[in-house]
Amino acid sequence: MSASELSELTLLELASKLGKRELSSVEATSACLARTEEVDPKIKAFLRVDARGALAAAEASDSRRKRNASAGLLDGVPIGLKDIFLTEGLETTCGSRILEGFVPPYDATVVKLLKEAGLPILGKLNQDEFAMGSSTEGSAFFPSRNPWDLERTPGGSSGGSAAAVAAREVFGALGTDTGGSIRQPAALTNTVGLKPTYGRVSRFGVIAFASSLDQVGPIARTVGDATALLQILAVHDPRDSTSARLPAPDYLRELEGGVAGMKLGVPREYFVEGMDPEVEKAVRAAAQAFEKLGATIVDVSLPHTKYALATYYLIAPAEASSNLARYDGVRYGLRAKSAKSLREMYFQTRAAGFGPEVKRRIMLGTYALSAGYYDAYYLKAQKVRTLIRQDFTAAFEKVDAILSPTSPTPAFKLGEKLDDPLAMYLVDVFTLPCNLAGLPGMSLPCGFTRAGLPIGLQILGKHFDEARVLRIGRAFEREHDFHRRRPPL
Amino acid sequence: MKLSLEQVRHVANLARLSLTPEEEQRYLGQLSAILDAVEQLKSVDTERVEPTSHASLAESILREDVVEPSLDPEKALANAPARVGTSFAVPRIIE
Repeated sequence: MSASELSELTLLELASKLGKRELSSVEATSACLARTEEVDPKIKAFLRVDARGALAAAEASDSRRKRNASAGLLDGVPIGLKDIFLTEGLETTCGSRILEGFVPPYDATVVKLLKEAGLPILGKLNQDEFAMGSSTEGSAFFPSRNPWDLERTPGGSSGGSAAAVAAREVFGALGTDTGGSIRQPAALTNTVGLKPTYGRVSRFGVIAFASSLDQVGPIARTVGDATALLQILAVHDPRDSTSARLPAPDYLRELEGGVAGMKLGVPREYFVEGMDPEVEKAVRAAAQAFEKLGATIVDVSLPHTKYALATYYLIAPAEASSNLARYDGVRYGLRAKSAKSLREMYFQTRAAGFGPEVKRRIMLGTYALSAGYYDAYYLKAQKVRTLIRQDFTAAFEKVDAILSPTSPTPAFKLGEKLDDPLAMYLVDVFTLPCNLAGLPGMSLPCGFTRAGLPIGLQILGKHFDEARVLRIGRAFEREHDFHRRRPPL
Repeated sequence: MKLSLEQVRHVANLARLSLTPEEEQRYLGQLSAILDAVEQLKSVDTERVEPTSHASLAESILREDVVEPSLDPEKALANAPARVGTSFAVPRIIE
């Protein structure tokens, strides 16, 4: 099998070939490394490649397979990780200068789970600094590029993860999603991105942005691939006090169940002025496709949707300003050398280490939490958050899941929204209500614009109903071939 | 909602960020614009609404009070910018 044939395999197809010993993990991992060497100078998805670590893990996997002692279905499948995940012994920066050179002393729980399942980790993928952004232009190091058009963003903040998967550098990757950071880049790169229910996947060892919203999930090329990765991650973790004790179902077994008899809601508030007409057309066509497959499409209303952006941009920065207080130059990361007092050290370290968007959000969050403003801003936002959550509860009494566009537009040009923070925030208008309500959400390919840019369909489900979200996505994917298209690299 | 320069400086002080004069001006404008945009929340009636502080289901998160191994001090100190023995070293606190 040639290297380019190999890189066209899906993650599950590769797993099957590894299981039958038709291919070795060393071959698969070497093919990914070669592909990365070839295309990553253009894509810039990786912040660092760990060839030695990945090949060592691949050799160990092959020797397990030879002894018939495989660590599981995905043993030997190489993947990539957003740089927000702590990896023992491998530099982790979260896209920030303040963590440059930081080598974590332990693995995040999800990293540990992937290693135990035998997956070689190819390296760490680019992101907006501290996951604050929707384009990877907020990375302190460089922006990543969209494999479908190198002048455009792959989305963000997990843009490196999505770009690497789309460009066939890896078979799958992990990202995090606080307001859309898995789903929006998936939509912009023709990949599948799943944000599980809050609490489904451990956040231990995941660098915190907004703790009541952050969630870990997979980005892959097919729904089945994302499902197989979720199966490894959906485990209770005593080290994360918000980790659910609910056992995960066998997601793969339920995947092919179809949508016949299901009721799928289309919220009228998600089709707004300013939406790209080609995006709207593709999403409406997807809804019709579900009707043909036996589902009923139901008009639903989520009346507080218009407040989600304002709610999010108070809650997320407030939580971020608290979480990022730890970067003070004392225990790890950057320390300003010239400071003469501890107080000066804090001010200078943080001024030198944080980029403009992170400072902006720290300022906004600190303001929203400060004396005299807490009730008017933070508390008010938490109350509106309740109303947004209740909108979904009411809608889910009528429907099994909700369909919407993932992003109002296809990938935008690098630089286009850089000087206008509010325009950049609007990119996440359809993804962030899901985080505020703690629901599972997925984006999957549902079409292309005339210019050849991918369009994503978002499926939102009830709490802990990932199995149904995946099953709906799989029903659509089975009837379409958008996900098979390969970017012109 | 137009912030004043004093407010921007006060918030930067609370956040332990030293800002350049250019940054102060930039954040003054941008934060004012963002606060204008979030003003719309004031029109929502939340008189009888409880705040949501967390998205997870309400359940007890208590676990047994059992001592478990924690991070080895050498590992914990491995990234320290400066250390003395098994402690993190920082500049003088008391003048």
